[in-house]
Amino acid sequence: MKELFPIKQVMGFAFSLILTAVALLVYFLDMSFTAGITILLVTAFIQAGLQLVVFMHAGETEDKGAIYSNVYFGILVALVTIFGTLLIFVWDM
Amino acid sequence: MDFFDRFAVPHPSFLIYASMVAIGLTVIAVLVGITYFKKWDYLWREWLTTVDHKRIGIMYLISALLMLFRGGVDAIMLRAQLAIPDNKLLESQHYNEVFSTHGVVMILFMAMPFIMFFFNFVVPLQIGARDVAFPRLNAISFWLFFMGAMLFNISFVIGGSPDAGWTSYFPLAGNDFSTSVGSNYYMIAIQIAGIGTLMTGINFITTIFKMRAPGMKLMQMPMFTWSALISNLIIVFAFPVLTVLLAMGTMDRLFDTKFFAIGDGGSDMLWANLFWVWGHPEVYILILPAFGLFSEIISTFARRNLYGYKSMVASMVVISAFSFFVWAHHFFTMGQGALANSFFSITTMAIAVPTGVKIFNWLFTLWKGKIEFTTPMLYAMHFLPLFTLGGVTGVMLAMSAADYQYHNTMFLVAHFHNVIIPGVVYAMLGGLTYYWPKMFGFMLNERIGKWTVWLMSIGFVLAFIPMYITGLDGQARRMYTYSEATGFGPLNMVAFIGAGIMAISFALLVYNIYYSVRYSPRNIGNDPWNARTLEWATHTPVPEYNFAVMPQVKSTEAFWDAKKNGHEIFKGKIEKIHMPNSSGLPFIMSCIFFVFGFSMIFSIWPLAIISLLGILGCLVYRSFEKDHGHYIPVEEIEETETKLRGAK
Repeated sequence: MKELFPIKQVMGFAFSLILTAVALLVYFLDMSFTAGITILLVTAFIQAGLQLVVFMHAGETEDKGAIYSNVYFGILVALVTIFGTLLIFVWDM
Repeated sequence: MDFFDRFAVPHPSFLIYASMVAIGLTVIAVLVGITYFKKWDYLWREWLTTVDHKRIGIMYLISALLMLFRGGVDAIMLRAQLAIPDNKLLESQHYNEVFSTHGVVMILFMAMPFIMFFFNFVVPLQIGARDVAFPRLNAISFWLFFMGAMLFNISFVIGGSPDAGWTSYFPLAGNDFSTSVGSNYYMIAIQIAGIGTLMTGINFITTIFKMRAPGMKLMQMPMFTWSALISNLIIVFAFPVLTVLLAMGTMDRLFDTKFFAIGDGGSDMLWANLFWVWGHPEVYILILPAFGLFSEIISTFARRNLYGYKSMVASMVVISAFSFFVWAHHFFTMGQGALANSFFSITTMAIAVPTGVKIFNWLFTLWKGKIEFTTPMLYAMHFLPLFTLGGVTGVMLAMSAADYQYHNTMFLVAHFHNVIIPGVVYAMLGGLTYYWPKMFGFMLNERIGKWTVWLMSIGFVLAFIPMYITGLDGQARRMYTYSEATGFGPLNMVAFIGAGIMAISFALLVYNIYYSVRYSPRNIGNDPWNARTLEWATHTPVPEYNFAVMPQVKSTEAFWDAKKNGHEIFKGKIEKIHMPNSSGLPFIMSCIFFVFGFSMIFSIWPLAIISLLGILGCLVYRSFEKDHGHYIPVEEIEETETKLRGAK
């Protein structure tokens, strides 16, 4: 029966509940804007990654390579867009 | 009457009223014609509800050619207005509307459907698949594009065309400066078509990853399929930006949000920024499939395998990444500092390197080849030098310091037409000539075809080389007139003559289709060009199921090796084939999208809500619909195969 019990998913579920609780702290505790946003961003991205890997089974088929290269390419494009825009509008305007 | 006032054209002229009458008469003629010849049933059964990738491809092709005509008429009007100094043919507002629609129509409603036509028709055949991964989604893609295009095209007779340029920069496109509904058309029509394009991207990535013929590894795919894969990858990462951008623009115009306002925390420059975050990858979405087509054509008619297959693939992958790193070169003069400009300057120049690799690979493919100058090959041979010229002026524009001199001049206009026409348009027309026999079972006339190419190139050179000169002399783009003292007159007249020759070339293309329908021989076999890839291995016309037996692939040029080296690609015997069912839902839902778009543009809220509910209804219906497709029995396949073999 051991191999039938979805231990990975249960652990993932517990972990995502913890991440949600941590994110909620930003509302209940009185912290600075920078600290709050940092916590929100970090927990949000870990949460997104968790959903993708654990609950959307990104790495469990033979398409693993294609899926992960697409994800990495998407992250690259997003980062370049954000930092490029910051460069144009904030750092060098 | 107040309600109907909003549909009036803000700046009417004789030309617009004449177009209204012409559009009305054409619509009536088409409807009467279909009814008279009793074709409604045929049209509905075989075309409007089809999910067959080949038919969807052909509908893309027809749309693209119609839009090429429409955009071409716009272009002729622009050149006619500029042909002599102080011309009074078009007034300034009308001129603004014409250049805005010319740009949008040519990029989004001509070039995009043209490449979609090639994706749809060629990719499944080239990888030995029976259809795309999501055939129903493919139909939705097409109909959304079609409805978006139609919505955009009625703008100039109902309510007024967009007039803020194809880039539609804020604050000009905002409510303060563009008071007509024109820019609403821009936001919503492109949004609807863009959703369709995004779906196509997902569809074809899945198709290429999951549905290749047994044995075909990624590095054995034909070059056009590779270019389609990379191009669709860029679509999936670039088009969401456009979706968000247009949604924000729509909200600014309809609901008074302040995303692109000058005050209230908005930034009008953000529009330019995000527009080009999408817009620059978009030009690579267009040019990469064109490169893929030229690779197929050059390799076929040089009778050699493509030189440097791996470097071709690598250069496209590099281009796909770099296309996202360069967008700020479209607004070097917006006010950011030297550091930002230098960064984007360098990345832009770097992109010339992989492009140069491709040019050299084509040259080396030609080296010691047995070159055969057919019409598609002639397009490719004219493409190489003309496109290189456009590439070199592109590197000139990439230098941010020098760009302060070039920006917003005719030099820029000459540059991007110089890459888009010999790059994209030549590939589309060459590819069309190349794949025509596979679609329709006869070839286009070679003699008329070669005249078309030569006239196109002569017209192109006359129309656009003078613009480089007037641009360097200071002629600004988007100016509807200029004084005689500027001295721009003679060269603009030359450009007008060039545009006229290009129009003649297009007319010749249309005549070629008519001539070939009537006189071209029908006994051409399945492989009239002696080509190298799988799409030529099946019958002409291609049966519904593409391949009776799934091909087995062992090399890059599967069909060539089957012909020359005795590889066996069709092993095994015929089995029943599973095919998707036709469905009217994509067409119906897209029609509702059209109504939704129209009511949003004119702020008719009750109708917008009703049509939105209609769209949701279609989605819900689809979710609960049971559709398992159908099987074609073995007897029917054998019958079709015998008939097609006999027709050879």
